Amino acid sequence: MKFNNYELAEFFDEIFGEDGRPRAAARTLVKNIEDLPAGELLNRQRAAERALLKMGITFNVYGESAGTEKIFPFDLVPRIVSAAEWGRIDRGLKQRIKALNLFIDDLYHRQRILKDSVLPREIVLASKAFRQQCKGFDPPRGIWCHVTGTDLVRHRDGQIYVLEDNLRCPSGVSYVLENRQLMKSMFPQVFAASKIRAVSNYPGKLRDMLEFLAPDHSRTPHVVLLTPGIYNAAYFEHSFLAQQMGVELVEGRDLLVNDGYVCMRTTKGFERVDVIYRRIDDDFIDPEVFNPESMLGVPGLMEVYQAGRVALANAPGTGVADDKVIYTYVPRIIKYYLGEDIILPNVPTYVCAEEKDLNYVLEHLDELVVKAANESGGYGMLVGPHSTKEQRAEFAGRIRAEPRNYIAQPTLALSRVPTIVENHFEGRHVDLRPYILYGRDIFVLPGGLTRVALKKGSLVVNSSQGGGSKDTWVLADSAVPDREVAGNDLHPTASAPPH
Amino acid sequence: MLSRVADSIYWMSRYVERAENVARFIQVNLQLMLESAEGQGQQWLPLVNTTGDHEEFEKRYGAATQENVIQFLTFDPDNTNSIISCLRGARENARTVREIISSEMWLHLNQFYLMVNSAATTKDLGSAYEFFNDVKLASHLFTGITDATMTHGEGWHFCRLGRKLERADKTSRILDVKYFILLRSVEDVGTPLDDVQWAAVLRSASAFEMYRKRLGRISPKGVVEFLLLDRDFPRAVHFCVLAARDSLHAISGTPLGTFRFAPERLLGQLCSDLSYASVDQIVNEGLHEYVDALQSKMNQIGAGIHETFFAFRTLQAPKKPAKLSGQ
Repeated sequence: MKFNNYELAEFFDEIFGEDGRPRAAARTLVKNIEDLPAGELLNRQRAAERALLKMGITFNVYGESAGTEKIFPFDLVPRIVSAAEWGRIDRGLKQRIKALNLFIDDLYHRQRILKDSVLPREIVLASKAFRQQCKGFDPPRGIWCHVTGTDLVRHRDGQIYVLEDNLRCPSGVSYVLENRQLMKSMFPQVFAASKIRAVSNYPGKLRDMLEFLAPDHSRTPHVVLLTPGIYNAAYFEHSFLAQQMGVELVEGRDLLVNDGYVCMRTTKGFERVDVIYRRIDDDFIDPEVFNPESMLGVPGLMEVYQAGRVALANAPGTGVADDKVIYTYVPRIIKYYLGEDIILPNVPTYVCAEEKDLNYVLEHLDELVVKAANESGGYGMLVGPHSTKEQRAEFAGRIRAEPRNYIAQPTLALSRVPTIVENHFEGRHVDLRPYILYGRDIFVLPGGLTRVALKKGSLVVNSSQGGGSKDTWVLADSAVPDREVAGNDLHPTASAPPH
Repeated sequence: MLSRVADSIYWMSRYVERAENVARFIQVNLQLMLESAEGQGQQWLPLVNTTGDHEEFEKRYGAATQENVIQFLTFDPDNTNSIISCLRGARENARTVREIISSEMWLHLNQFYLMVNSAATTKDLGSAYEFFNDVKLASHLFTGITDATMTHGEGWHFCRLGRKLERADKTSRILDVKYFILLRSVEDVGTPLDDVQWAAVLRSASAFEMYRKRLGRISPKGVVEFLLLDRDFPRAVHFCVLAARDSLHAISGTPLGTFRFAPERLLGQLCSDLSYASVDQIVNEGLHEYVDALQSKMNQIGAGIHETFFAFRTLQAPKKPAKLSGQ
């Protein structure tokens, strides 16, 4: 398959420059793809899809009958990020996470940032994710946001913006690892020819970070991953990460509080747990403190946590920092705590809780993307240019009723990557979610989940709304030794490249 | 090991074994029916009896035709013991312990399920023989993969415990049901047809060839002896319960010959009973009664295993169970 008739249109293309020639970082890839025998790429694309189904790499769709599984569509043409560009993303994300962690800590303690009137108190504290129960609490090692997935987009101007912070239970990293594995088996020769940074050490890094949080009393920390169960959309990921880290995957009903400690029920009685990587929202982790209806959590967990006898990642209360209203304040947050200018800019955002923004938003609904402050996964969202008059009227009503809960952003012209459509390439819009771990230090996984809107013209990349994914290749500087090698190195024990 | 995980592994392997046995019963019967065309009548109902779902079948299907029985036992999603339901159960259980079992086990079980599921959607029994054979082989492969890729630790022993108990149960059932039918009409005893039927009983447990090597001539008593009491044939009840006992003790750490938990005592008693039983005594006192008692003991052992290892020991009132496993 050739790129002869590939159309760039008026968007930024990640693989081709404006002159229609491959970007420097993508030259090897383009040549390798064009050199494949006719029909070979399509064969491999189909083989990849079969492999995903066979491996059972699927996600569950809410609203369909329980257990309905779909594969997360995967496209073979990767997104490529040059070493220089990645350097900036890496620095920008580290800066952002460091500042957000300081912000969360401040908010649950002295609230200096509010006292100094840098941020409006009533708007910040009105966040639904602000947890009164966490006030005055010092999480283990002073870290709140241990695992973050920050959504990045590139606009027509070529600039990379931060679109959203996900500090609660960001998912998708298992697809990063599986996509990479798949690409290596489909394109070993291309891998060998490119210098691609490894992602396979993520589970090892994650485990190290979790063990770092363990209370001092435990010499060999016992880490578990808490899942809501097999009907959760991300269950595959929970199980995959537990397996790759070599830790126990538990459900709420496997745990209980006994004698001041969290324990799991085993065939040999109760066994103490030191660190819980929980993939359950705050609301559900402890019915005695949060939602009393929750069947997923562990009664009494928060008490043990606050006594310092178990660590939770991410810390309860962290969600306040991915409220979409708080997001708009991140440039100020970075300036306030670090005294630095933001490296990766935010998308300009209108906060409906502020009156002049509200009026602007209501007048320009047909141009803007409106999002609920506390939702994720593409739910509770209006894409102005693609909306009907009725939808806009309905949203205007919702915004007026609860302005604090809405923000709006200009509709971005997301960049595109060539994607296989039937038997040729077409440009499809993408975003990028890198994953950041905060433990002994801050680690940004060189890669991330490139989500692609497979429907022609669509800007919504969420898997629940017709999105797929691509592998993300971050090229290594010749100075950086951690090249990806072709072969199976998903398992931490396999010969991993040096780090 | 988590109680929930142990529970899932145990049922995963029981369900796979159950699917295999159902497939073998059907496959053998299909062949048998080809040979007994003249006026012997179609004997499909006994197959339903071996899975103990007689009432449900009558209620929903009525006549025990070949087509009805195969549909019920193979593809009926509402029959919890049909092959498709067993595979679904095995896979759902495997999905909850995917990080505990080996990737190879999951990969194979998932493919096994997809294979049966695609047959269920086409319902093409034109190649029925091959299909049931594939189910059997897939189950054997699963056992082999399990043995070759999973650490022979606690999880593996739960796997083996489930498989052996299930197999013992199914072998005893097929023997019970067939014995009852075959010895009903006394005039059939010793006729060529009778031999064919008894050979089929042995084939239902893949035991025909091994029986020949061990006992030679086929006789009802010989079949009973071989399928119940043989220590070395892997589908004989005695062999299965001995292996189950070894695994149970490996899990609990209790020395063989002693017990700490109720199921250890019950299983130990069952083993010694089979070790010292004589086939004459069993047949004279009634095979059906013997097998009935045997099955009730195995049910108690199953319940005891659940109680000892899987049941939630709670400190507060137990919550609504949301269990995937079950009979």
